[in-house]
Amino acid sequence: MIPASEEFGVPGADDAAIFADIVGSLGRDHAHVRAALGQFSAMSGGGFSGLEEAAGLLLTQGGPAVGTLGRVILQCYYRDDRVIRSLGLEPRPPFPKGHTLEQGDWSLLDPVRARPKMWRDAP
Amino acid sequence: MNDIVDVLIIGSGASGAAVAYSLAETKMRILCLEQGDWIKQSDFPSNGRDWEARRYGDFDTSPNKRGRLTDYPVNDDNSIMKVANFNGVGGGTIVYTAHWPRMHPSDFRVRSLDGIADDWPIDYRTLEPFYVENDRMMGVSGLAGDPAFPPRYPAMPPVPLGKTGTRYAQAMNKLGWHWWPSDTTVATTEYEGRAPCINLGHCTPGCAQGAKASTDITYWPHALRAGVELRTRCRVKEITTNEHGMASGAIYYDADGIEHFQPAEVVIMACNGVGTPRLLLNSASSRFPNGLANSSGLVGKNLMLHPWPMVVGYTDERVDGDHAPMTSLWSKEFYETDPSRGFVRGYMLQFSRGTGVVNEAITSAAAGRLPWGKDHHRVYRDLVYRRLMIGVACEDLPEEHNRVTLDPVLKDSNGIPAAKIDYTISENTRRMMEHGIARAEEILTVAGATNISASRTLLNYPGHLLGTARMGTDPDRSVVNEWGRSHDVKNLFIVDGSIWVTSGGVNPTSTIQALALYIADQIKQRLATLFD
Repeated sequence: MIPASEEFGVPGADDAAIFADIVGSLGRDHAHVRAALGQFSAMSGGGFSGLEEAAGLLLTQGGPAVGTLGRVILQCYYRDDRVIRSLGLEPRPPFPKGHTLEQGDWSLLDPVRARPKMWRDAP
Repeated sequence: MNDIVDVLIIGSGASGAAVAYSLAETKMRILCLEQGDWIKQSDFPSNGRDWEARRYGDFDTSPNKRGRLTDYPVNDDNSIMKVANFNGVGGGTIVYTAHWPRMHPSDFRVRSLDGIADDWPIDYRTLEPFYVENDRMMGVSGLAGDPAFPPRYPAMPPVPLGKTGTRYAQAMNKLGWHWWPSDTTVATTEYEGRAPCINLGHCTPGCAQGAKASTDITYWPHALRAGVELRTRCRVKEITTNEHGMASGAIYYDADGIEHFQPAEVVIMACNGVGTPRLLLNSASSRFPNGLANSSGLVGKNLMLHPWPMVVGYTDERVDGDHAPMTSLWSKEFYETDPSRGFVRGYMLQFSRGTGVVNEAITSAAAGRLPWGKDHHRVYRDLVYRRLMIGVACEDLPEEHNRVTLDPVLKDSNGIPAAKIDYTISENTRRMMEHGIARAEEILTVAGATNISASRTLLNYPGHLLGTARMGTDPDRSVVNEWGRSHDVKNLFIVDGSIWVTSGGVNPTSTIQALALYIADQIKQRLATLFD
């Protein structure tokens, strides 16, 4: 579903560490993921030859089980250090370091400040 | 049996905390029962690398998806809008975005001004001192001088514009439309022991820095020091009544599932617009066969949920993403009624920052923007940290067919019947939504965004649960009177969003809390004649 890419310098979702994270994180999503994989297997006829076509069809059709499968993969893939670094980001949680937000130019408000009262009086 | 208390408050969230704090000065014996736990700042997701994943797990805003032991299920299958809430000390303020607009004066006079729905039995001026007091307690950042609203004076400076806010501001100025930095309860300076915001970015599932105001860190420390007792993991099953038709207390289950009775002289409900009607309907008895306080038949009816389309676009450079509070600006350009638009009432535009790495991938894959397979990486890099996002906060008008009832099958873990939601969006609101979506698309286009899309079916679910035990002076047309007391049960009060008559087009928490403080003040002024 997410292949490795030399161009972007990232592993695929089938990378051993990412796959282990996916499997280890299933938790409450286990039943949905199992159902999605069951649908996947049925569509492909149980063999490898129809896998790509089945995957395309299944992802197009969607549904809660498939949605969960996609989410579980994405939430593990996009917290892998290698993937995060490839995006130019630091692999760390937000707390405690936080981030810097530029103040911006508050003179942009000047034309709004000059507007007359907009709210309605109520009896 | 527990000792009798003077005041029993059910629920420790936005309104329960405010009413507990205000009544504490009376020195009455006050007890609050809360079905959830205290949540520590070290428990919040932004402490760990799985912070985004936990938004889809134990910090999901849907109780059905979150599924904590402390949650109760809600059958919302028959509603396009789903329920969002949180059960714990602080209630929904644990997982709100901290956006802090007040209702407009016109919101309290909908019938008089626009000929629809009903007027509130109170007005903006009545609530204004309580808004001020609540702002002081919660700590508000923002900027005075907004021409779209009566004067108010936030204690802290606004959240910086950042790259995202600057884009929005420039676009709004080109269009000549109103915008203003949002009032928010995110502290931008030290405030009453709270540390200032350091842009963790994930305000909604709890602030690990403690910069976002939630009532567990604002009202509750004061209320507890003043002698109020807060008992957690206590899930109320039923409000009981005596032979005089007065509330006598509540039956609740503790964490071990053991049933208790808590007697009380006064019962105050602060369980939100779904939890309160659920409990009233579950408190039916031979004296009150249709549910407690329900002689009007309106308990559970007129549910309002604020339909909230989100319009998304992508810029050609990285903007703030999730490296800042989600709240940024608001616009009231289309808030007041203009009949030429084809609908009555109006909406607020809420300008949000972007979203995080994981959430961008999940939501874009679900929306069909992000493919699987070989094109995934190329497309993703055109999305991540480039998102602009505008919410259309539509006023939801009261309609009796939108309602909370008891589900005949679904029950919580204690066997208490669950709430069932039936809800549809009215034609007036549909037209309002389309107008707002079109304006948001214009703004995003002028802001330089492309790949713009709006969802009309998968709406944002803001958790604004309103209107199901409305206030009014006529006992046939309302559940509580103009100061929150049940028409039917004269020692039963409701202080949460249930009592709203109409919904306005703004986030409701500041008004919910101002109403709770107002009702507490009315109780204090009427102590000698409270049950007359």
